[in-house]
Order: sequence, then structure tokens, then C-alpha cells
Amino acid sequence: MSTLNSKIPSGPIAEKWSNHKAKIKVVSPANKRKLDIIVVGTGLAGASAAASLAELGYNVTAFCYQDSPRRAHSIAAQGGINAAKNYQNDNDSVYRLFYDTIKGGDYRAREANVHRLAEVSPNIIDQCVAQGVPFAREYGGTLSNRSFGGVLVSRTFYARGQTGQQLLLGAYSALNRQIHEGNVKMHTRHEMLELVVIEGKARGIIARDMVTGEVKRFGAHAVVLATGGYGNVFFLSTNAMGCNASASWVAYKKGAFFANPCYVQIHPTCIPVHGSQQSKLTLMSESLRNDGRVWVPRKAEDAAKLRKGEIKPNDIADEDRDFYLERRYPSYGNLVPRDVASRAAKERCDAGFGVNKEGMAVYLDFKYSIQRLGQETIAKRYGNLFQMYEKITDVDPYKEPMQIYPAIHYTMGGTWVDYNLMTSIPGLYSLGEANFSDHGANRLGASALMQGLADGYFVLPYTIGDYLGNEIMVPKIKTDLPEFDAAERAVVTKLEMLFNIKGKTPADHFHKKLGTILWDNVGMSRKEAGLKTAILEIQKLRKEFYSDLLVPGELKNVNPELEKAGRVADFLELGELLARDALNRKESCGGHFREESATDDGEARRDDENFAYVAAWEYKGMDEEPFLHKEDLLFETIELTQRSYK
Amino acid sequence: MADIILNKIYVKVWRQNSPKSKGRFETYLVETVSQGTSFLEMIDILNDKLILEGKDPIAFDHDCREGICGMCSMYVNGHAHGPDAEVTTCQLHMRKFSEGQTIVVEPWRAAAFPVIKDMMVDRTAFEKIQQAGGYVSVNTGGIPDGNVILIGQDDAEEAMDAAACIGCGACVATCKNSSAMLFVAAKVSQLAKLPQGRIEAKKRAKAMVAKMDELGFGGCTNTGGCELACPKSISIAHIARLNREYLRAKFSD
Repeated sequence: MSTLNSKIPSGPIAEKWSNHKAKIKVVSPANKRKLDIIVVGTGLAGASAAASLAELGYNVTAFCYQDSPRRAHSIAAQGGINAAKNYQNDNDSVYRLFYDTIKGGDYRAREANVHRLAEVSPNIIDQCVAQGVPFAREYGGTLSNRSFGGVLVSRTFYARGQTGQQLLLGAYSALNRQIHEGNVKMHTRHEMLELVVIEGKARGIIARDMVTGEVKRFGAHAVVLATGGYGNVFFLSTNAMGCNASASWVAYKKGAFFANPCYVQIHPTCIPVHGSQQSKLTLMSESLRNDGRVWVPRKAEDAAKLRKGEIKPNDIADEDRDFYLERRYPSYGNLVPRDVASRAAKERCDAGFGVNKEGMAVYLDFKYSIQRLGQETIAKRYGNLFQMYEKITDVDPYKEPMQIYPAIHYTMGGTWVDYNLMTSIPGLYSLGEANFSDHGANRLGASALMQGLADGYFVLPYTIGDYLGNEIMVPKIKTDLPEFDAAERAVVTKLEMLFNIKGKTPADHFHKKLGTILWDNVGMSRKEAGLKTAILEIQKLRKEFYSDLLVPGELKNVNPELEKAGRVADFLELGELLARDALNRKESCGGHFREESATDDGEARRDDENFAYVAAWEYKGMDEEPFLHKEDLLFETIELTQRSYK
Repeated sequence: MADIILNKIYVKVWRQNSPKSKGRFETYLVETVSQGTSFLEMIDILNDKLILEGKDPIAFDHDCREGICGMCSMYVNGHAHGPDAEVTTCQLHMRKFSEGQTIVVEPWRAAAFPVIKDMMVDRTAFEKIQQAGGYVSVNTGGIPDGNVILIGQDDAEEAMDAAACIGCGACVATCKNSSAMLFVAAKVSQLAKLPQGRIEAKKRAKAMVAKMDELGFGGCTNTGGCELACPKSISIAHIARLNREYLRAKFSD
């Protein structure tokens, strides 16, 4: 019934990637020069792909909505990047990284993809070092590591609390070199608004110049989406303000299946929401859980006093503190995976032990590690994060514990791709957070950077050849073809339609409402009735949006409100699919927690018999129900067990 | 955290509809803002009000809202990124302002950064400088193990200090000469401190400085304003290293 072909190579897990590389097509240097590739997005995945493809000799055209590729939101990743180097001699290996990632993802990722990710991970570190990424070093000059949640080894490489920034600047520098050499044509302040499909193949995009408002056509032999996740569908998230899902969404509507949208990561350590005027949330790196201990008061009356501001956290004696992660999960303690830590925080706050005015915060306390290691060591490890926290909250975390609460951070779901990272539209690829493939139902810390760079540096440059090898006789794609006319017309019509509603309500208001519906019903805890309500409410909100939207300004000028309106229009559709997917998946796994599927002590209960599959949704029309394709997940190497961090 | 509310704040802001149109200051009243609100959230609140009043909202660059992307670029009360030290505009909070205060907000002003609209400026010149040589010339693949090159902790830390630059342009906007020396120095110095970058150090310094001069940035007269304005506190000692690299390069010509 299903048309999905994941193209997972046969053979033992450790040989699949090598065997696959040996069999796929390679394009000659002379032919690469004739082939054009569009790369949309310049975060870790996009910048590394654009640079690497250009180095190989392809003609690359790259796009980003910011004023520089360096500003993509990978820049904000703090803690680090995993790699199976075993530099610490702590028995790490490719297999262990593979195993941890499958287990951390609650057995909902593809084994073959994850093993490949672990295999190429050491090369990423080497590549970044060669680019001049200033990773943290030991006194002897070797690279340093630290630990992250969900693992028992130290395999995370880092550059202070700015690892994403440094890795992105590395990829950006490689991209700049290719721009300088004329191999990449870079378009900043451009936003992709439509995919052009000709005879079933991706052949170009329509993008809006965000300075002039001009709608432009770009043709290519293949299109690569590296456009990030859809976390901003929730309005409040740790994503950047401009992060959006529109590129993936127009691809979905053109036939690219969208997989596992209900797998959303809610990060346990974010600065709690303050008031009702907030536009965005700030993450505090997971690395802080290496040295910070998470607690709430043991006594409800202490929590009540804290909420009223009658006492300070430091007034509470150690024996009156409930280190609930250490209590519930003695073997992993404060370093349990993110989904587990987030749910545990919610459980304590729902039980009345929250510590801020809203009752929606727990403490992350560094007192103990400062006593053990000294303030200087802690400052060296987390100085910039502490400074960031103090600037936002006006509280000094060296002296008083941080307040934290879970927030939307990352999306594991995304465009469905096969082993070659190609979507269900031939010639259209999806990399990094934009695709769905490697993290299952929960991503481990420091693995997003790994996946973005793995896809861009070491996977796509190989696998794209297998498709382009058949395209060498295809001349340059002309942008005066009728398919381009139609795509451009569709974009212009949509922009004019949004602009001409001339209602009374700005886009943000709809976005906030959508976020509230999703956070309340499709957030950390989900149940059938709530999901059904969410779907109806979103449909209703969408109707209001199209009758009451207000877009000020001009069509042909800088117009951030017009940009927002387009993104919110797509989020209003994506949010519904997210709820639908969550409704369909009647099990709990990773970040997806269904109240109907829990153990007696409140842990998530998976249902491998009925749900060990990837849910890939096919668009069937604006008000039609999407069609569900199921890709069965085959576990040939790892035995499925109920995840335990106790 | 006591939540103090500012009842009235006046925002006097530069409005300019397009690169070629004439700009002017407009003053707007913003009411009931918590001091825990960030500066850009206050602008969001103002914009919401302007839209509902049928006016054009203020265009401004912003993205990550956590001080790392380098997109935000406002000159607030005579300071790049406002009166707080070591922050970007997005990390500035309303607790730095008081009841009834008038806050003057301008875009970065520099010949090399033309205004696009309101607070938005064109920083393409920074891109061109990086493209001229801000990299180590290595291709993807075929790289030896990361621990083959040992780097002393102090060198790695110093390189990291320079690499922390977010490319916002506060240094240029603050400098009376609109010089981009700190921006260029940050990259040149980072790579010059590392063995990987040493190989092309001279070439890089020359290429990046030449591009900077070509794009209309002014010269450095060591006033040090850039360091004070830098949200990442990048030291002008890196400018000294850039000058050394540049001189070395010139002498070996």
C-alpha cells in the first residue's frame, strides 16, 4: 500500500554505509560543473552542504532569510557536539554512540541512519579543528570533553557555551571561501516561498527578496532544504524569531511527505516564562546539568512561601530539598535525557512544588559544585551562560540557584527522507533538523550539531551523486517554463490575498493563540480528548485568520508583518498535522507522552507491537485529511526494551 | 524578582521608509511595560500598537533574541546596543530605564552600512570582508585526527576570545571613523593564534584589510571605543595582533 522506499542498504549494520557508498553513482568533475544545486538555509546543515558541494565542483546557489549566513539559529546552540572519538578512554565507540542515540530516541529512529551518523561523527571534529574552530583544550593541548544527558561516557566537544556559534562560523568560513571563488552564489534576505516541480522532479524555487519585495525564480537540477525545525509553531520557543517551517511546508504541499510531526523536544532547562508580553524563550544549556543539581522544596509550605517571595531558595536547608531527578533516577541522576527531565519538572510543578510566582519553575543549583570545584572553574565552564541568565533575570546564579522550566526547543519530526536524505519528491533533499531521520522520538543533547554537520559535510555530498548521476544530460533549468510561471503566480496570489484581507488582527495574535492551543493540548502531556479539541480549535482559528488578518505596510518593500503572516498561515496548517499525528500515535515514546499510555509510576510506555513505525503524512488538499504512510522500523541490531534511566 | 511596571515610556525613533527616502525622528508613547521585559519586546509591544492604529510598524533586525546571532543593531540613548555593558540590544532589559524617560533609538550610522528601512542597515560589507580571506583553506574530507595538532590551552582560549565576535557592527557604529578594525582583527587574530591558521596568516591579514579599506570603512586611531561598545568585550589587543600580522605581510612583499 505504501509507496515509501527507505533505500536502507542490506548487510550488517557496520557495513551498510561503506557498501552503499561503493554502489552509488559518482558524477565526474566535468559533469559536476554542468549541474546546479539550490541550498536553502545556511545553518550547520545548509552551510556545510553548500560549501562541500561547491568544493566538489557543483554550481551552488544558497539562500538565507537573515542578512548573513552566519546568523542562522545553529549559532545559538550552546553545549556541544558529540563524537565517538573515545579520547577519554572511557570505552566509548561508534557502537555505543549508535546505541545511546537509538535508546535516547526511544527506539523510534532508523538504525541504519543512526549508525552512519555515529560512524562519521569523528570526521566532523577533525574537519572543524582544521577550519580553526577553537574547541576547549586540556593543558597538554588535546581536545577536552564533557558529559551530556542520557549517556555514561564523556564524548561532547565544546567551545565554552558557544559551540554552535563556533561550528557555524567554521562552516560559514568554508562557505565564504566558496563564495569568494565564485562557486556559490549567495542570496541573503531571501525567503523561499514555493518549490517548483517539473515532471515530478524538484527543479527550482520561488523566493521573495525581503528588501525589495520582488518575487524571483531560481532553477536547479536539485534542491536541498536545510531550513530547520518547526518549533516556532508553538509561538513561544527557544527558536529564533524568524525560524519557520514554510519551506518544508510548501514542499509537503507539493508532495514531500512529512514524518512524525508529533515528536517535539521540550527542553528541561529554559528560563521560565515571565508575564504575558514575552516574544521568545531562552535556553540554558543542558551542559549545566553536569554541575548543577535540580531540586524543588520537599515541603509544599516552603514552595508556597517561595512563590510569595517570603523566603529565598538559600533559606531552605539541604535536607528540605527534593533532588527529584536523583531520587527517581539514581543511575543517571541529573543527566537523564531531556524528555524525562522535562516531564519530571512538570510533575513536581503540577503537584504544587513550583518555585516562582506562576508556580512553573524548579531550581538548578550550582552551590554544590562551586563548593567542590571553586567559582573559577564553574565560571570557566559556564561563564557566558551565567552572564546571560543574570542579564535576563537580574539574579546572580553564582549566589542563588537558577530558575528553570521546560520549553519547546527542537523538533525531531520533519520532512521524510530516505537513506540518501532525498524526500519523496525526486531531486528534493532535506538535511539537519528539517528532516526526521536520526533522533527518533527524542534527541540527545549535543546531537543536533552532529547531525547537521554529518548531513552537510559527509552524507549529502556522497548521496546526491546517486541522483545527479542520472541528470548529467539535462541542460540548465530554464525559469521561463510554465511550471515556474504557475509557481510564481501562486506565491504572488497568496501574498496579495494575505495583504488584502485588511482585517483587524495582526499575525502575532493568531500565532499566540495557536501556540496556546498547542502548548495546552499537544505539549508535554497529551490525551485523546485534548488532541481532538486542538484540531477543531486550530481549524476555527485558521478561518478567523483568513477573515480578520491585518497586514500593514507595502507589498514591495521591507515588510516583516507580511513575512510573519505567510509563516503563521503555514503554522496554522502544520499545527493541525502535529495534533493529528499525536492523536494517531496512541503510545508514549520520547517527547510524545500520551496519558493513556503510562506505567503506574508515571513513566512513558511504548507500544512496539502497534507503533514501531515512522508516520509519514501525505498532503491531500487544504481541507482534506492527509494520508498516513507507515514505514516499519526494523531493529536488526538493537533489541527493543522499555527505556530505563533508573 | 519584584515586577516593577513602567507606566509611561517615550520612544523617539528614527523612521526612514527606504534607503533613498528622507528620514526623521518620531516619538511614540509606550504604556505599562514591566521592567523584566526586554528592550525588543518593548518594541514588539509598540509595533503591535502602531499596527492596530493603522500605522507602519518600526522595521528592525533581530532574530535569536539571546545575544548571539548578531542581527540586532540599535543605537540606544547614544550607545550601540544601549546603556548596559556586554549585551546586545535583545539582551537589554527595561530595568535599565526609568519612569517617564525618553529613549532615543537610531540605526547604526556608518557610510559602509546604508540604512534599508528604519533600524535596518545593510551590513553586506562585513560579508565581503570575510569572503576576502576569513578562513583556513581546507576542503571537506581527508583531514587527520583532531588531536594530531596540539594547541596549548592558553592559545585556544585566546583564539576563542577573538572568535566570540558576533559580527553585529557595534564597533563600526561606535567608532568616530567608522573603522572595522576590531571586526577584522577578531578573525585575523583568532586564526593567527592557531597553527591551522598560521599558514595563511599574512595573506589573510592583507586581503581582509585591503577589502575593508575598499569598502569605505575609516582608519583606526586607537580611541578604543569599539572595545567598550563590543557586546562580547573583544579586546583591542587583537587589533595590535592584526597590525603585527599586517606589517609582517607587507615586509615580506
